[in-house]
Amino acid sequence: MHDVAKHDDSKGQYFWVWGALLVLTGVEVWLGYNQVFKDPKQMLEVLMVLSIIKSALIIAYFMHLKFETALMRWMIVISVTGCFVIMFFFFFPDANRILHLGVK
Amino acid sequence: MADATLQHHVAAGHGTEGEFEAPLFGAYSKKVGMWLFLASDSLTFGALLFAFSYNRIYTTPWPMPFGKDSIINATIMTACLLSSSLTMVMAVFAAQRHDRSWTRNWLLATMFFGTAFIVLHGMEWTKLIHEGLSLPGFPKPAGQESGEFAKISTGVPQFAATFFGLTAMHMLHVTIGVIYLGVVALRKWFLPILGVLWLAGYFLIPSDNVFHYGVQALLIGLIVSAVILFLKPKDYDAHDVEVSGLYWHFVDLVWMFIFPLVYLMSTKIS
Repeated sequence: MHDVAKHDDSKGQYFWVWGALLVLTGVEVWLGYNQVFKDPKQMLEVLMVLSIIKSALIIAYFMHLKFETALMRWMIVISVTGCFVIMFFFFFPDANRILHLGVK
Repeated sequence: MADATLQHHVAAGHGTEGEFEAPLFGAYSKKVGMWLFLASDSLTFGALLFAFSYNRIYTTPWPMPFGKDSIINATIMTACLLSSSLTMVMAVFAAQRHDRSWTRNWLLATMFFGTAFIVLHGMEWTKLIHEGLSLPGFPKPAGQESGEFAKISTGVPQFAATFFGLTAMHMLHVTIGVIYLGVVALRKWFLPILGVLWLAGYFLIPSDNVFHYGVQALLIGLIVSAVILFLKPKDYDAHDVEVSGLYWHFVDLVWMFIFPLVYLMSTKIS
């Protein structure tokens, strides 16, 4: 038997998610505009964590993935995340190499 | 959205006429197709975002051109996209209860927020280009050479290239999304509206503005929409609205990464 979506159909949760996304955006703007973290790397890490939380809310609720079958949910999340991890290991060590050692 | 996912029954025996194997993901094929497209498109944006970050890390000093006005503008753009996602969810709800007029109204509200995003972004681009931030292929407005950002364009060309490349790709996706929703909401009635918008854009936007040429995306959208609507006319149902919503939310999702990376990480320190 396939995993059939079971979830709350109430519209209220979508307003809560929308509100949370607006609040998180406000926090990002406050952090970025006031340069709360002087180190750009630290700022980047904090902003990316907030962005990942926002994207998870959008994917889970607005895009409805939370209510899809487990197979679909995990296949999409694992495959896309896996590709991003590979991209990360391709790009960033090289960017740091250029920064610290120069182009050789 | 209980009926959004197929409540299919297990096909007891295959090979019997009229029976089909149950779908692997428990969802209708259009939805699976859209998810697979979005997975591939996320890699396109992922590559662009990684390329931007790569340039951001190894280029020192990185330009910090976005002042208070730009940040306020970009924050309003973000709020527009987030609100459009909420109205899109409402459109899917309305479609599932077969309420045609509210489905259309919510889709039009979503299109309004999407259009507001494009207009605000276009204004931001125009301002930056007038202040000197430009690419070699762009038309040159008067006084651009002496603008505040002219040195950035020549000294750190990676900034303009990655900024315009990334945001143009996203703006194109938003434009395609607005056209997609227009086709679902208004069907053939949307074609003359799109035609008028294209003509208005082409004749009213000055030729030294990059959007005088960018507005041709509307003409391409008009041709593609006309081909789809005339070759395969149909009454779009709740599934179509939900699939168009997936695309729209994805466009919103991508901006959640572009906004902090491009704008907030390049804020002008006052």
